Amino acid sequence: MSWFRIQGRFVDNLPKIYAMYTGGFLLFVVLMAILEQAGLSADTIGLLFVGFTIVIYAMIGWLSRTMQVDAYYVAGREVPPVFNGMATAADWMSGASFVAMAGGIYMAGHPYLAFVVGWTGGYVLVAVLMAPYLRKFGCYTVPDFIGTRYGGNLARFLAVVVLVVASFTYVTAQINATGTIAARALQIPFEVGVWFGLLGILLCSMLGGMRAVTWTQVAQYIVLIIAYLVPVFWMSIKQDFGWFPQFAYGDAVARINELEPMLQVGVLKPVDKVAGMSALTVLHATPANTALASWQFVTLVACMMLGTASLPHILMRYFTTPSVRAARSSVAWSLFFITLLYFTAPALATLTKLQVLDPNLATSIIGKAVSDVNALEWIQKWSAVDMLKIVDSNGDGILQINEFFMRADIVVLATPEIAGLPYVISGLVAAGGMAAAMSTADGLLLAIANALSHDLYYKIIDPKAETRKRLLVARVLLIVIGAAGAFVASLKLTGILGAVAWAFDFAMSGLFFPLVLGVWWKRANRPGAIAGMAIGLAAGSWYLYMVRFAGMEPWIGIDHLRFGIIGAGASLISMVVVSLLTEAPDKETQDMVDEVRIPSGQTILGSTH
Amino acid sequence: MTDHASDNRQEHWNRTRNLMIAHLVVWFFFAYLVQWFAADLNKISFLHFPVGFYMAAQGSLFAFVIQLFIFVKQQDRIDRECGVAEED
Repeated sequence: MSWFRIQGRFVDNLPKIYAMYTGGFLLFVVLMAILEQAGLSADTIGLLFVGFTIVIYAMIGWLSRTMQVDAYYVAGREVPPVFNGMATAADWMSGASFVAMAGGIYMAGHPYLAFVVGWTGGYVLVAVLMAPYLRKFGCYTVPDFIGTRYGGNLARFLAVVVLVVASFTYVTAQINATGTIAARALQIPFEVGVWFGLLGILLCSMLGGMRAVTWTQVAQYIVLIIAYLVPVFWMSIKQDFGWFPQFAYGDAVARINELEPMLQVGVLKPVDKVAGMSALTVLHATPANTALASWQFVTLVACMMLGTASLPHILMRYFTTPSVRAARSSVAWSLFFITLLYFTAPALATLTKLQVLDPNLATSIIGKAVSDVNALEWIQKWSAVDMLKIVDSNGDGILQINEFFMRADIVVLATPEIAGLPYVISGLVAAGGMAAAMSTADGLLLAIANALSHDLYYKIIDPKAETRKRLLVARVLLIVIGAAGAFVASLKLTGILGAVAWAFDFAMSGLFFPLVLGVWWKRANRPGAIAGMAIGLAAGSWYLYMVRFAGMEPWIGIDHLRFGIIGAGASLISMVVVSLLTEAPDKETQDMVDEVRIPSGQTILGSTH
Repeated sequence: MTDHASDNRQEHWNRTRNLMIAHLVVWFFFAYLVQWFAADLNKISFLHFPVGFYMAAQGSLFAFVIQLFIFVKQQDRIDRECGVAEED
């Protein structure tokens, strides 16, 4: 049994510990499958999956508790690149990626793939322009970098403002997602589910800060990737799409292209309106061949990429690696782990759509008698919770493409049922969605609370505060912000994805250029950075308000999902102009930038500051 | 700081900057250029996929991953050759 013996420090035994954890989780899945055969009810299985995984995360959170500043803020800077890659991937892939992405592609077709490209390509910017330099800097938070590089409390404060606006927009969406899943798995009302989700999130982060979040995120990545991939492989094998559907769904895309004219996708518009749900009206793989369509695609890609490279909860993950070199390679690993899910999502969307559309497949529903379709178990189940609706608009008793309404979010959650897989798979998917939303919410809440406790409280308000008091403030803030997020989420203001895209736009509007130019342009100075953040955020917010709420016609297709283009544009121009009009930074600051640019030597800020 | 060290630093930064530009050019190609022409590229097929769809759903993603692992190696080599790498 020597293999199971853990000797020495926790970080020296990571591969062994997480291998055991993965094995344990797979055993749990098998056990659930056996219990299902033995007659355990579907509801109980769902409850066990979600409950069991949350207990595990909470245990990791408890075991990682700490009272040391650098452990709380940057996990003691001892997270190896591959594990930090997994943690970043979990931090990154939110409820939106896990639950909504495949559904979005299902409903909106090719234009939606801009999210897939943007949310992966952004890591090229993170690796090349940002992460290694921020790691060399040795900061605890992103505003810590801004505040030290440009100097002064105003610059630091503005960075905190941008961070809070972007991250808070994002975190409500995540708490919303945990609420949705908890509500369904545990059979409780959504409003209660939201608070239950928050409780799970706080259990993971409160006692151990970044250290606890890191090790729960690795655990959550393992659950979410297994939960995403297993149903896809299983469905694919069961429906004869092949063993690796990701590489072989080209024929399925072609078949959908062939079916679309037959089923009149895009021709038949929905007659009835169902709130919150939509019928399929967009072609799957065929974008409009216009310059505007291309422009809208690449502008959305640009917003998601620049947003990726400015979101503090992602950037701060690279503060936790042991070295600059490790930070760089960790970005590459992050992208690798993220791609495993992202290149599967379009495959899942395509195959699920094919199963619904293709009359040659037993699972298809379009073109079948409405009464037969209504008798299907998964249709009944999702109709009961208002996620899906069938309206026989023309009264012919046959289901047409424009008579089948659903919420895009359910594609991932319902796929196992559509394909007729056992319920254990649905339970697994619910646990995966929960892991994805919780891990992102954890990272975001921590980013906000750390910025407020470290930058606002400790650096600006009370620089003499003792360690104990600093960490206490950090924890109290975590609870307060979490509660505020849960409260906003319970108001159900917007769908999961609208808010997520906005977070990226806010982040890029205020932070992208001050961060990049802080490293790459020595001439960038304090007034320039202040102008860049203030004007960028103000311009972006103004444009969002005008386009979304004041009825302004978007400029050349730049709608509310893309307002970062306006914000970041204004940020760049104002930062460059103001920097050039004012005095160059002093020699000390310029030397500091030189020092940031090389990996060797001491970090700019001390290991505890 | 000796002159020798500052030469090294200058060279290090020049090479780092050139590497950055090279990678952003590749990135620009896969992130924007290819995607812009998706509708036209859909007329050809690769592994039975329409190419425009394939690049957005898979091709560019793989390009980014491969590019980053290469970047890590290249930047590390620059750091070592200029004597500014961290100690192992």
